[in-house]
Amino acid sequence: METAKDKAQKTMQFIASLPFSKALQMQPEEIGDGVAVISMPYAAELVGDPASGVIHGGAVSALMDTCGGAAVMSHPNAGAGTATIDLRIDYMRGATPGQRITARAECYHVTRSVAFVRAQAWDEDATRPVAAATGAFTFEQLPQDAS
Amino acid sequence: MRPPPEPLHLIKQRRDRALAVLAEGVPYIRFMGITFDRRGDEVTAVLNYSEKLIGNPLLPALHGGATAGFMEVAAVIELGFHLLWDEVESGRLNADDLTPETLPRMPKTIDFNVDYLRAGLPRDAYARARVNRIGRRYASVHVEAWQDNRHRLFAQATGHFLMPSRDGS
Repeated sequence: METAKDKAQKTMQFIASLPFSKALQMQPEEIGDGVAVISMPYAAELVGDPASGVIHGGAVSALMDTCGGAAVMSHPNAGAGTATIDLRIDYMRGATPGQRITARAECYHVTRSVAFVRAQAWDEDATRPVAAATGAFTFEQLPQDAS
Repeated sequence: MRPPPEPLHLIKQRRDRALAVLAEGVPYIRFMGITFDRRGDEVTAVLNYSEKLIGNPLLPALHGGATAGFMEVAAVIELGFHLLWDEVESGRLNADDLTPETLPRMPKTIDFNVDYLRAGLPRDAYARARVNRIGRRYASVHVEAWQDNRHRLFAQATGHFLMPSRDGS
């Protein structure tokens, strides 16, 4: 039987192996029990507003999506993979140029086939979020083992 | 007497220049490999496929974050081109003088909501945005994205945007 630790380890490895996550240099910090924390460094190639040097919302969106998926995969009842059904992002402010962005997603409810997720992202100022997200993801229950 | 019609190549040059200047100063657009096709005032954003856009390598499928970023770019460029179009066509702005540095400020995303309808295949994707409402401060934009078949969307999105203030701040 797979332990919670094995599952967290597997999810971490899977997230780190995705080509787009690699291109954005995403780094899993903490994954387990339906919660994921993933960070991403500032990069000049991701700038969306050259006048201010602020990272494009799309890059933050990718971090949120990845983090949401990781939270779902790490849920104790989660079986195989997951896919995003929908994701809504609210942009509260531009992330400060040069600073690392960290997202935390929580899979707060699952049904037989849907996982509900909320997430937030911060730069190095943890008191003021840069973005928040809510999403629905596909969910496959872990087959009930006979033991 | 009516003035002679403006030479075609000058019209195209001016409009292509206005569209190009919106995108060329943005590193993220280059990073993603997004380009634009223009027919009159209709803009199609093209996500040129590359391996780094893949999310799940087992399927393989485009990363949801790549799809979302692509659609957000399509929405902002549509809004920006919409704003620039009137300025350039009326002659208030000269397209030849436009550079990313002298460009009017662009709209800022307030929120963006993406529906994933089917997996994005490992090939080029296209998106068209429609401005459903544009006011002095806020705009609402809908985006459709497809791959092989225009009527088989793989994602759709709605976003709200804060318009730049008129005094340029």
